[in-house]
Amino acid sequence: MSHRITGKRQIGEETFWIEVEAPLIAAARRPGQFIILCINSDYSERIPLTIAGADPNKGTIELIWQRMGKTTAELAALNEGDEIANVAGPLGTPTHIDRFGVVVCVGGGIGNAPLLPIATALKQMGNRVISILGARDKSRMILEDRFKEVSDELIVCTDDGSYGRKALVTEPLKEVCGRDSKPGHAFIIGPTPMMKFCCEATRPFGVPTQVSLNTIMIDGTGMCGGCRVEVDGKAKFVCVDGPEFDGHKVNFDLMIKRLGAYKKLELQAYEKYKQHQCRIGLK
Amino acid sequence: MVLRIPPVTQEERTQLLHELSQKQNNSGLKPKERLAIPPQDMPQQDPAVRRSNVSEVAQGYTEEQARIEAMRCLQCRNAPCVQGCPVQINIRDFVGAIAKGEYGKALAIIKESSLLPAVCGRVCPQEVQCQEKCTVGLSLKDVSKAVSIGRLERFVADLDKNGAAAPAVAPTTGKKVAIIGSGPGGIVAAADARRAGHDVTVFEAFHKPGGVMVYGIPEFRLPKAIVRKELETLKKMGVQIITNFIVGRTRTVEQLMKEDGFDAVYIGVGAGLPSFMNIEGESLIGVYSANEYLTRANLMKAYDFGKGADTPIAVSKRVAVVGGGNVAMDSARTALRLGAEKVYLIYRRTEAEMPARVEEVHHAKEEGVEFHLLQNPKRILGDAGSNVTAIECLRYELGEPDASGRRRPVAIPGSEFQMEVDTVIIAIGNLSNPLIRQTTPGLEFNKYGNLVVDEQCRTSMPGVFAGGDIVLGAATVILAMGQGRIAAAAMNEYLAQKQVAGNR
Repeated sequence: MSHRITGKRQIGEETFWIEVEAPLIAAARRPGQFIILCINSDYSERIPLTIAGADPNKGTIELIWQRMGKTTAELAALNEGDEIANVAGPLGTPTHIDRFGVVVCVGGGIGNAPLLPIATALKQMGNRVISILGARDKSRMILEDRFKEVSDELIVCTDDGSYGRKALVTEPLKEVCGRDSKPGHAFIIGPTPMMKFCCEATRPFGVPTQVSLNTIMIDGTGMCGGCRVEVDGKAKFVCVDGPEFDGHKVNFDLMIKRLGAYKKLELQAYEKYKQHQCRIGLK
Repeated sequence: MVLRIPPVTQEERTQLLHELSQKQNNSGLKPKERLAIPPQDMPQQDPAVRRSNVSEVAQGYTEEQARIEAMRCLQCRNAPCVQGCPVQINIRDFVGAIAKGEYGKALAIIKESSLLPAVCGRVCPQEVQCQEKCTVGLSLKDVSKAVSIGRLERFVADLDKNGAAAPAVAPTTGKKVAIIGSGPGGIVAAADARRAGHDVTVFEAFHKPGGVMVYGIPEFRLPKAIVRKELETLKKMGVQIITNFIVGRTRTVEQLMKEDGFDAVYIGVGAGLPSFMNIEGESLIGVYSANEYLTRANLMKAYDFGKGADTPIAVSKRVAVVGGGNVAMDSARTALRLGAEKVYLIYRRTEAEMPARVEEVHHAKEEGVEFHLLQNPKRILGDAGSNVTAIECLRYELGEPDASGRRRPVAIPGSEFQMEVDTVIIAIGNLSNPLIRQTTPGLEFNKYGNLVVDEQCRTSMPGVFAGGDIVLGAATVILAMGQGRIAAAAMNEYLAQKQVAGNR
C-alpha cells in the first residue's frame, strides 16, 4: 500500500508541508502521535515525523518537516502525485487531554506542527488556550494563522525581532506563568534546547509541563530502544512510553548529545546527496 | 573398506560414496559400518575472509557429502530424532531418502511437517533437539558426531531453487483470519490457516515482512533471499501480507474482530522490548541494544551506509558485546564485519552455560571474537561528549545452582577492571512488548508480560490464539514455528465449529 502525496507546499525557510494518503492512520490518530516513514523500501532510512493534522474523511494526514539532512531533503524533493512507499502509525501514546482551565502551549520552529493538534484538542475540551510561538526569524514562523483559530491568546516572537516580539519564548512563558490566573498545564514542543529552557522557566512556578520528544528511532514500537531517554533517572522509550513526558524530569543534556550521535555520518550523507543533485542538474 | 581418514577432496568423497553405495546395494550397510563413516564437515568460508563480508558463512554440503552423511543414519526403528524435533519432522525417512539420492522425496517428507526447511536447516539448535537424541551421536559418545540432520535438511531445501509449487489450498470457507506478525510463527500459522481454505491476512509492523529472520538474524547466517522465497510461497497461496501495520496502533485486535470481520486472530508479535542492565552509562552514545544494532545492520543495511543505504551505524574500533546467546554471537560477528578491530564478548557464566548454539560460538571464535567469561559489566564510562570510552567489569565465579539448574554466577568483590571500548551492545534478552497488552483488554498476561495460552495456544479471548516469543519469552525460530502450527490447528478447529454453529 503506497501513500500518494495529495498536496505539497513550502511553508517556511527549509520547512515543508504535505498532505499524504494514509486512511487508516487518519482514522486512528490522536493528538500527540507520530508516524514513521521510509521513502523507499530498500535503502531509505526510517524517520519519525509528528502528525500535524488529519482528515479522516479524505483519508489523509498532514506532515510538516524541516530540510536538514539527506532523507528530509529527499522528502522535500517529492511533489504532489508522488508516492511514499512506507508510512507506519499512528505511533506513541496520545496526549492526555483534560480540562486544566488555563493552558499555555509553547511551540518553537517546526514544533508548532505537532503542537497544533494538541492546542486544538485542548480548546475543544473547553480550556482557555494561550499559545506562544517562536522562531529564529520571520521566514521560519509557521502555522500562525491556524493557531489564531484555536487560541484565546496568541503571542508570537522571533529571535531576531523580524516578526512579532523580539524575544525567546521563555520570556513570555515566564510572564504567563506569573499571572494571577496561573496556567494549569504547559505543553511545549520545539527544538530540544528550547524545551529544556522552557521547563526551567515553568519549574519555579510549579506549572506541570509536558514536552514531546523527537529522538532517533528505527521501529517506533519499542523493539530497538534507540530512542531511549533518561526521565527521572530511569531509561524510557520515547516510542512507547512517550513521546510526551514530564519535562521537569527529562535529562535534556543527555538527550541533546544522543541526538548528535550520527551527526558526522549524517552530514557526509547530506553533502554527498547535494553534490549528486548538482551533478544531475536538479539544483 | 571405509577410508579411515575423513575424505577431504572431491575425488576421495566420490570414491567413498561409490564404495558405500555398492555395499549398500549388495549386502546392505551394517550399523557398525555406518558408525565408521566419517562425519562430513560443513564447507565454510575462510574465517579471515568472511569476517569482512556479509555472505553466508556455511556453504552447504555437496551432493556427495549429503549422501555420505545420510548413510551414517542407522534408520532406528523408534526414530528418537523425531521426538527431539519441535515440529516432529519425519527425520528418519527424509534422511533415508537422501541416502538413496531421492532428494525430491526427502523434501516432500520434510514439508509435511515444516514449511521453512531452508531456514530451520540453518538456524535450528539441532544439537539440543533432533541431533541430541541421535543414536549415532550417543553410540560415539559425542553429540557433535550425531548425523548432521540440519545440514541435510538445508541441502535438500537449497536444491529447490525455484521454490516448490505452493501447497494446495482447500475450497474457500469464507472465514477471515488475521495473523499479527510475519515472523516464523506467523508464516507457519498463515500457511496452515490458508491451506484450510480461510482468507488469511498477515500484518507486519515493519516495512518488510519476515520478522526476526529479516531484522535480527544476519545475512551471513540466514540469507534474506531464503526468507523472501518462503514469503513468496505464502503469497502464491493467496495470503495477503500488509506491512507498516501496527496492531494496537493502526487498528486494535478488537477492531479487527468486531469491525473488520476477522473471525480468528493469531498473535505472533515476538518479544520486542530489549532488556537493559540498568547500570550507569547505559544511555551513552555508542551503547546499543542488540535489537537496534542488528536491525540497523540487517534490515536497514547499514553495512552499505554511504554506498546507497541511508541508515548509519557506529563506526567502531573496539566493541563489547554483553551476553552469551545467539543474538550476542550475531552482534559480535556483525561488529567484526562492520570493521571493528577488537570484539569482546562478555558473559557472566562459563562457555558451558552459554545458551548460544555450539556452532555459532565456534564460528565467533574462529572469526576472532575474544571471549571474556565469568565477567559482567558494572558500569559504562564516557567522555565529556557522552561517547563511550570504556566498560568496567567485575569478575565472577560460579556458586550454587539457581532455579534454572545452572550454577549461579557470583561477583567477586573488588575485582573491578576496565576495558577500553567505543561501542557496547547489550544482548541479554527481551521483555515482552507492551503494545498488544495495553490495547487489548480481555487478554490475560503473566507477570512477565507474556501472553497466557493453553496447550493449543488459545488465549483467554475466544478466537484469539498466540505463539512464539510473546508467549515463550525468548525462544527460537523452530519453537515459534511449532506454536504457529499448533495454534493454526486449534484455529482451524475453532473456525470449523463456528461454521457448523453458523449453518444451524
